[in-house]
Amino acid sequence: MVAVIVVVVVVLILLFFWLGFNGLVKRRNQVDNAWSQIDVQLKRRHDLIPNLVETVKGYAAHERGTFEAVTNARANAMNAQTPADQAQAENVLSGALKSLFAVAEAYPDLKANQNFLNLQEELTSSEDRIAYARQFYNDSVLSYNTKIQQFPTVILASMFNFDKREFFDAAPEDTAPVQVQF
Amino acid sequence: MQEQIARNKRRTFLMLLGFVGLITITATAIVLLFGGGAVGIVIAFVVAIALAWGSYYNSDKIAIAASRAKPADESEYRRYHNLVEGLCIAAGLPKPRLYVVDDPAPNAFATGRNPKHAALAVTTGLLEVMNRVELEGVIAHELSHVKNYDILVTTVAVTAVGTVALISDIGLRFAFWGGMSDRRDNNGDSGPLGVVIAIASLAVLMLAPFAGYLMQMSMSRNREYLADASGVQLTRYPPGLISALEKLRDDHAVVHSASKATAQMWIEQPLETDEKKPGSKFNNLFDTHPPLEDRIKRLQEM
Repeated sequence: MVAVIVVVVVVLILLFFWLGFNGLVKRRNQVDNAWSQIDVQLKRRHDLIPNLVETVKGYAAHERGTFEAVTNARANAMNAQTPADQAQAENVLSGALKSLFAVAEAYPDLKANQNFLNLQEELTSSEDRIAYARQFYNDSVLSYNTKIQQFPTVILASMFNFDKREFFDAAPEDTAPVQVQF
Repeated sequence: MQEQIARNKRRTFLMLLGFVGLITITATAIVLLFGGGAVGIVIAFVVAIALAWGSYYNSDKIAIAASRAKPADESEYRRYHNLVEGLCIAAGLPKPRLYVVDDPAPNAFATGRNPKHAALAVTTGLLEVMNRVELEGVIAHELSHVKNYDILVTTVAVTAVGTVALISDIGLRFAFWGGMSDRRDNNGDSGPLGVVIAIASLAVLMLAPFAGYLMQMSMSRNREYLADASGVQLTRYPPGLISALEKLRDDHAVVHSASKATAQMWIEQPLETDEKKPGSKFNNLFDTHPPLEDRIKRLQEM
């Protein structure tokens, strides 16, 4: 009788290790996947920009300052090395794009151009996707961090080195009001 | 928001428990009436399960065909595709197949046995009437149905109700065509207690399917609240869905290709309901969707 109880307890402990460990692995991988998802969406935005700049140039050729701001910001964002630099560069690019669209408001022919309208829709949804990718990353980090801190998975976490992950923070520039220069 | 989601999930679980309890009571009633009949119950179970799960497995194809939905072309419906893709990133879901239903009444539905085999449809009316954030709110609600496996939940509920109805049906037939006299002979129990039990069991058998149906409607409404809350958690922007629901409330058109069978999939009650009728609280027990006013209020309180 005692033997049966011991076997049951051992099986339960093994189950706990198995399921708990796999659960942590799954969540950690989701965090990593979510992080690369952000990169995918940022690159998608980078690829849309040259087409947008050319279209707008066709109607508003003398707004050179705005074009240069966008092109430079894009180059900086693509060359950024560390995640912190990248986040900052991408925020600058978002600001430059906002200015470009604000400038386009003054050109009714441009606003009626179907190509421009399509690009505007694509870039708006790009911004949405980047925001959602960051949101999903933060949600994944929250879920993972919570699990490694909760009992009883906290035991497994320290045993197998499941470390806490950092949230993605909006850079201070992003929360300040956008300056639109005409 | 989290609170609401947790509470809704708890309620759903309790309701499913209630279903199981209802089946057990009904089966017990039959056993009491004519001692045995286990075979009948097993057959009822098997048939109900086979029917329900057949339709569950093909739920995406059935729903799309039933509403005459057409695949949504990627270049023609660019915004629709973009909004869905963005929200799928936020939810960690694969992108479902997208469809459009040619109907001026604004409405939408989602279906599919799991996120990998899901489909989402909107009416042309919805695309015309809603602006970007409102459309996003509606799509988020529908994707939440997929994410919360609502088709699975509903199928389990329908299976339960179907089983209860079948069991009751078989039980009642046996009761009226000879079950009771046999039993009295076997046990020599023809006293008043036996009669009371028999009548009570009959009553349970007759009312059980009805109770099951009401429970299913109640659970359907609960899942709608849950989809509202989950959807808003995806967009992090309650005003979008609130504004969409307000527009739906003020619009009185009815979707033509909907039927009672498909009513519960749509975002709002597609069939005619007259919400100004007196005593409508009783009528609301039969609605698959909660009243729009209540849904709007709950969202505003978040």
